[in-house]
Amino acid sequence: MNMPIRNTENVVALPQSSAEVLPMPASPGKPLLARVLPVLGEIAARVIPPLIVLALILVVWQFMTNSPKASLPSPLKIWQDSKDLIIDPFFVAGPQDIGLGLRVLTSLTRVAYGFGLAAVVGILLGAIVGQSTWAMRGLDPIFQVLRTVPPLAWLPLSLAAFRDAQPSAIFVIFITAIWPVIINTAVGIRNIPQDYRNVALVLKLNPFEYFYKIMVPSAAPYIFTGLRIGVGLSWLAIVAAEMLTGGVGIGFFIWDAWNSSRLSDIVVALIYIGVVGFILDRLVAAVSTIVTRGTAKA
Amino acid sequence: MYLKIDHVDKIFQRGSQSTEVLRGITLDVAKGEYVSIIGHSGCGKSTLLNIVAGLTGTTNGGVILEGRQVDEPGPDRAVVFQNHSLLPWLTVYDNVRLAVDKVFSKTKSRAARDAWTLHNLDLVQMVHAKDKRPAEISGGMKQRVGLARALAMEPKVLLLDEPFGALDALTRANLQETVMALHQKLGNTVMMITHDVDEAVLLSDRIVMMTNGPAAKIGEVLEVPLARPRKRLDLVSDPVYIKCRAAVLKFLYERHRYVEAA
Ligand SMILES: Nc1ncnc2c1ncn2[C@@H]1O[C@H](COP(=O)(O)OP(=O)(O)OP(=O)(O)O)[C@@H](O)[C@H]1O
Ligand SMILES: [Mg+2]
Repeated sequence: MNMPIRNTENVVALPQSSAEVLPMPASPGKPLLARVLPVLGEIAARVIPPLIVLALILVVWQFMTNSPKASLPSPLKIWQDSKDLIIDPFFVAGPQDIGLGLRVLTSLTRVAYGFGLAAVVGILLGAIVGQSTWAMRGLDPIFQVLRTVPPLAWLPLSLAAFRDAQPSAIFVIFITAIWPVIINTAVGIRNIPQDYRNVALVLKLNPFEYFYKIMVPSAAPYIFTGLRIGVGLSWLAIVAAEMLTGGVGIGFFIWDAWNSSRLSDIVVALIYIGVVGFILDRLVAAVSTIVTRGTAKA
Repeated sequence: MYLKIDHVDKIFQRGSQSTEVLRGITLDVAKGEYVSIIGHSGCGKSTLLNIVAGLTGTTNGGVILEGRQVDEPGPDRAVVFQNHSLLPWLTVYDNVRLAVDKVFSKTKSRAARDAWTLHNLDLVQMVHAKDKRPAEISGGMKQRVGLARALAMEPKVLLLDEPFGALDALTRANLQETVMALHQKLGNTVMMITHDVDEAVLLSDRIVMMTNGPAAKIGEVLEVPLARPRKRLDLVSDPVYIKCRAAVLKFLYERHRYVEAA
């Protein structure tokens, strides 16, 4: 259980290793090379430090779990045990024996339904709450309380209501992701400059036009902040929910692996989950930068 | 009378505190007339303009435009705000087109609306930047686009709230020329707020001078009997121009001096 301490030692070691990276771009030679080298240097400066840290972590990890008495698997052992899972994410060898990529896709489908629903409903509710002072006063305290309820606490109620695992899992995603979307959208709507409201008034935009021509674009940076938090929470929630509801998702895979003591598989699944969560977050962030281009600066 | 501001009082009520901003404002504006409103900061010029625009309600009295009472905002009273208020997520073209689409949705075809948008951008010499976003053009250009958007609505009254306030002197002079030329060409009825005495005299048919608040009134109304088209350089030594300028300065700095913390 002294893993975290070792980890921080690794992080502290970073400056020494990055010093080796620095001299690279400082050798401008021929014209073409002179142009390519700085770019390569830039890429190297971003890619090499995480790789070095990763290598260090693996080495320390291997060192710590090398003895046969170790309770957790070492990297080499994981490679031996779960090679098939690491190499081919999309194999199908039976109804419950499929690649982790396929499992992740199943989980992602659930997230897509739950989060998509949460996005649409959350933005609409947020718009109403942000528009009206009374709705804000009435609903905001309730939202603030409900949003602190942990995702899994919704699951029993959800199972009781839907009597089926699939919609229950989707509902848990929905109810987890919707609060940051509502709250951020409402704040964004409240922050629409009076100038834009005046323009809408002079042009006599109807409520529908006002919603999609002024409100949504103007509040877009806030809305995307909410969506980004929401998608992260969705991913957290689905893994937990699937552990309890079963099915072929990545969450249930971990639970199943634990019950049959396949610790190596669990580690591989954790890495999958981390990478996918990271990609989801970056995806929403990328969409946000494209959509809100120009909105941030007035 | 084309536009009539009739015994308008305005009291802002915030909780138990009430501020009387305007008292008994009465002003008639003829069709095609260019009227400037000048007064010290905080006297209630914007409030008066917003009342005409319908963005702010009156406490007593009302505004009548072409025989009909004004009680809500509308495109027949287009406003150019001090800080341009273009929508930053739309291009220059789309900012104007939004207004054109809204006002002429029933009376103009798609192609005609496109042509009308470009025509109005051309009036303010901004066609070249039509695909740029507001963040990518200068402050003067933004005001030009704001002006194009307002003109494109074919308003009965054009309301300008310190349209050149945030601009440097040269850009300001340039835009004044544009506004003057457009007024000459289109014959709009204009109500403009300004802080600048030269600007008021150069552009206006009449200058309305407001007393200091609270409870600001119209102190004096000055006719500017200068022939149009007016040339900035010729006016510098014109005795009528000099006299008008002196009258406004006298009003502002002698009889109604701005009192700090009044
Ligand atoms: N919504 C409001 N509630 C309360 N008071 C207000 C409100 N709007 C304006 N006022 C007050 O009314 C007075 C006049 O404001 P107004 O903006 O009309 O002045 P102004 O002449 O346009 O000033 P400036 O030249 O600085 O723009 C100010 O004292 C201001 O504090
Ligand atoms: Mg003002």
